[in-house]
Amino acid sequence: MELFGQIMIMAVGAIFINNFVFAKILGICPYLGVSKKLDSALGMGLAVTFVMTMASAFTWLIQTYLLVPFGIEYLQTIAFILTIASLVQFVEMVIQKNAPALYKSLGVFLPLISTNCAVLGVAILNLTADNGLSYNFGFSILNGLFSGIGFTVALILMAGIREKLEYAELPDSMKGMPIALIIAGSMALAFLGFSGLKF
Amino acid sequence: MSAMKEFTKGFLKENPVFVLVLGMCPTLAVTSSVENALGMGLSVTFVLFFSNMLISMIKGIVPPKIRIPMFIVVIATFVTIVDLTMAAFLPPLHKSLGLFIPLIVVNCIILGRAEAFASKNSVLKSIMDGLGMGLGFTFALVVLGTIRELLGTGRILDFPILPQAYQDSPMLVAILAPGAFITLGFILAVINLLKKRGR
Repeated sequence: MELFGQIMIMAVGAIFINNFVFAKILGICPYLGVSKKLDSALGMGLAVTFVMTMASAFTWLIQTYLLVPFGIEYLQTIAFILTIASLVQFVEMVIQKNAPALYKSLGVFLPLISTNCAVLGVAILNLTADNGLSYNFGFSILNGLFSGIGFTVALILMAGIREKLEYAELPDSMKGMPIALIIAGSMALAFLGFSGLKF
Repeated sequence: MSAMKEFTKGFLKENPVFVLVLGMCPTLAVTSSVENALGMGLSVTFVLFFSNMLISMIKGIVPPKIRIPMFIVVIATFVTIVDLTMAAFLPPLHKSLGLFIPLIVVNCIILGRAEAFASKNSVLKSIMDGLGMGLGFTFALVVLGTIRELLGTGRILDFPILPQAYQDSPMLVAILAPGAFITLGFILAVINLLKKRGR
């Protein structure tokens, strides 16, 4: 029961209080780039969630069983980015082979994910979370999953607003990126309200 | 002469933040103060300078199919150098930039310049391009950092600028995440406006 409570606290924390986009400001490039249509936003969100969960698992294993025993933690950045890049490539191949329909909807987003800072960010944060104490294997995976869901929520909310925005009358110089950023700012302001949710 | 042109284009005409809208995560996340903005900008400039130089040197021997992983390894190496050097000599700055130092690896500006410029041009031109783009990025970060620090604390680099009454109750939101989005949104809108006036 206590474990369940811990997991719930983690979920609310990762999705609302420390939302990757609005509180930690990670993964902004895909957030602004792929939030123009609702269905592509959903596709991108799911792909990122999947890769973040997988990456959390693999980078935790690499850190614990490869980098720490050999005393080469300073290679963390290089090791992690290579792990993520090859993981994304691998996931792309597997999906292409086994689920062509899914590949069609996710395919274009997958290569973009290896340079998404949210993925590398969650991998590093898992190992330095809680003031330097790292999460254990299970919690790392869960943190990756919940952070990915938080990213998806932010992306879908934004896409919904931007679809409506197409029809809004705006000054010419505000169209496109400026108004998107200002809306993102207002949403971040709203999400700031969740920081009052303390357990 | 043409090398000089590669250097100056990064400041205004092809400024990576204001015109190309690349590298959003560090731009938004670390500009809560001028000091952090300068530290981030100069770290990115260092990495861009050396990665562009090395990549333009090895462009003849890298097989085209695996060029992206090769570029990422080169970039990750220099980022690790910055990370460790900063941790040794500037621990307070390293602490406040935190996660965003290793995340320079996935900054799209650096991989973008490697792929779009350094892998096709001579060493001298690539160095100038890297330096120009890096300093243009630093310039954009400092502009954003100045506005946010001034509004959020009433000080710049800890020198009091605005009256004491403002400093006692500043617009705190400017140095939080929402302020980053909104400030950049308005800056981009002003740039769009100026562009239209100029035409």
